[in-house]
Amino acid sequence: MKKSPVPLLQNGLRADGRAPDQMREINIAVGVVSNADGSAMVSYGLTTAVAAVYGPREAHPRHLALPDRGIMRVRYHMAPFSTKDERKSPTPSRREIEISKVLREALEPAVVLEQYPRSRIDVFIEILQADGSTRVASLTAASLALADAGIYMRDLVVGVSVGLVENTVVLDLNGLEDQYGEGDLPVGYMPNLKRFTLLQLDGAWSREKFLEAIGLAVKGAEYVYQKARDALKNRYMSIAEEIHGR
Amino acid sequence: MASISPYGKRFISYLRREQIRRLLSTRYRVDGRGPEQVRDVEIKVGVVKTADGSAEVRLGRTHVVAGVKVGLGQPFPDTPDEGVLVVSAEVLPHASPYTEVGPPDESAIELARVVDRGIRHCRYVDFKKLTVESGKAYVLWVDLYVINDDGNLVDTANLAAVAALRNTQLPAVVKDETGIKLDRNNKSPLPVETAKAPVAASVGKIGSVLFLDPTFEEELSLEGRITFTFSEDKIVALQKSAGHFTQAELETALDLAWKGKERFASALKEVLG
Amino acid sequence: MYFVTPRQLIFPGDVVATADSKVEGPVYLDNGRYRSLVVGLVEFRDDGVVIVPLEGVYRPKKGDLVVGYVTDVLATGWEVDLRSFMPAYLPVSEALHKHVDLETTPLTTFLNIGDVVVAKVKDVDLTDEYPIILTLKEERVGKVESGTVVEIAPVKVPRVIGKKGSMLNTLMELGCDIVVGQNGRVWARCKDPRDEVFLASLIKKIEVESHVMGLTDRVKAEIENYKKTKQQAAV
Repeated sequence: MKKSPVPLLQNGLRADGRAPDQMREINIAVGVVSNADGSAMVSYGLTTAVAAVYGPREAHPRHLALPDRGIMRVRYHMAPFSTKDERKSPTPSRREIEISKVLREALEPAVVLEQYPRSRIDVFIEILQADGSTRVASLTAASLALADAGIYMRDLVVGVSVGLVENTVVLDLNGLEDQYGEGDLPVGYMPNLKRFTLLQLDGAWSREKFLEAIGLAVKGAEYVYQKARDALKNRYMSIAEEIHGR
Repeated sequence: MASISPYGKRFISYLRREQIRRLLSTRYRVDGRGPEQVRDVEIKVGVVKTADGSAEVRLGRTHVVAGVKVGLGQPFPDTPDEGVLVVSAEVLPHASPYTEVGPPDESAIELARVVDRGIRHCRYVDFKKLTVESGKAYVLWVDLYVINDDGNLVDTANLAAVAALRNTQLPAVVKDETGIKLDRNNKSPLPVETAKAPVAASVGKIGSVLFLDPTFEEELSLEGRITFTFSEDKIVALQKSAGHFTQAELETALDLAWKGKERFASALKEVLG
Repeated sequence: MYFVTPRQLIFPGDVVATADSKVEGPVYLDNGRYRSLVVGLVEFRDDGVVIVPLEGVYRPKKGDLVVGYVTDVLATGWEVDLRSFMPAYLPVSEALHKHVDLETTPLTTFLNIGDVVVAKVKDVDLTDEYPIILTLKEERVGKVESGTVVEIAPVKVPRVIGKKGSMLNTLMELGCDIVVGQNGRVWARCKDPRDEVFLASLIKKIEVESHVMGLTDRVKAEIENYKKTKQQAAV
């Protein structure tokens, strides 16, 4: 295992001063790309993802369309300047291809595709700044963008990561913890229906630590969900406040 | 590049899908298995003489060949004291009527990356023992070739990769005027710790029934799919692909996958010792 | 039993009511409860609860009045864009009142790419290649020769019309011809082209402030103000 340049856990606090079950500062804005049918920007600490949704629109070419439901097209991509050290080549890497698939499979259970026969819903996610947990921040952004577009969804999908650092289960890995920790578990969760739609893991986890991590992930997801609701409320209520005065 | 929902090329009739579902609800499957049974496994090693290590696995009618080629190269920048592992997968056009000719698609890429993750973290291969002098290291190129797809490629490919690595002979490193290179006339076995072999077990979900080792047809009807990779008593990789799972379903799937792993691990032990 | 309060903001997955309640709008049943499918506003009406979506694409219904753009001329009709995710088709038989010999008269004589039409949705069949069939054989529909088209979110159309047409009647005080398409396109033609610009800004205002109380009165006030200013300028 690689050695971290700074201690990851000291006196119960993580390298950036957080407690094990603490998320970084979350910033969410909905409706940030005016041309898109729906959009959202989500930041977990420095990690920032922007998602734009176009659709539903007619699926072209026609032979790709399904007669009884819509299809989704999801693209996860990292901007060349988003990574800490070296410039990342803009060519899609195998990692981005896998993550695009994983994100699509995390969103499909929530979208009522049967409502949009012969159409396609495009979800484009760009990582502007990467500091760990990019795919789960993307998931939250994508799900909010879909809701912002008015696409029928059974629930929102919220993404959080949990990890293993110095044998302690921690919430919301930053870049340092992702790189030098002992395990990484990204999670996507539907808060009302209580279902997991994104789940991956690497590292070496005992059954107990795995189940503990899942439990912490649910708590983290519920916290992010409240922030997401607040962001959606802000989008619609701010106008009312403006008119009638505070 | 983008990931697109599968648009119906793979066809299963509604009747067949319903039959699978009805049978499963009585805990019976179309091929006579119960939900906790995996298909017969056949593992052979050393099948490709030109490779440095190879193995062939048949899980039911799913057939995967893994070949290992050893090379020399630069270690990854964040692990300068470790050898390199590169896992690639190709689902050959042979594999089914639906596979296209072309570069690996997202499913093949996912397959390779899941197998890679299982091997990378479990200490089955001690990558620290694979550095050579002058800042170079051994590179293990593991290529997974799917020859016939009758479902559950990941468990099969994983077994093939593990068996192929066990079968791998490392060429010695020699120095000459041009630099360092490999001498295939002088080989020694790649050191692996068999007890730590990573074994993957996939669980499918249809309705409320969770079951091991889905066949191709069952895969077309899945409402959820999750793969656990174990090494000894630890989970070293996890990949949920289609669908969704509740927390309770996750725990059931974990226990079920463990059972599947035990069966695959004993088949592996018979061949590898 | 209802789990929501009047004028509450609701999100996808939120529980609205138990299955035996009267709920309209984008909802689905999950384990004996209605859950919302969209971000919307909860409205309590006499006969039950309605979920009003705050965003969403136009979903055509038979009988809808729509404003469309002709995007293609085909063998026996025209393809029309309605800002929906399904293409609409206007067959020749639904466009013209007298029989036309298609051999000698090209369809472009009647409607060409770029023309604007006010049409009625004659039929919607999701299994067809052209799921939406339009007709011009109704009162007050047809090709539009002048005026302006304002695009708004389709979910805001009911607000532009208002309860029992109250908002639309208020807008009519400007003295323009106005047709509100269910697909989120409002066609208007005023004698003074500057009135068209003002009307467009009013419609956009209604779209943005649609969920805020007292909107109809504010719009009325703006129109009064505008008419006064115009009168003063003329003097």
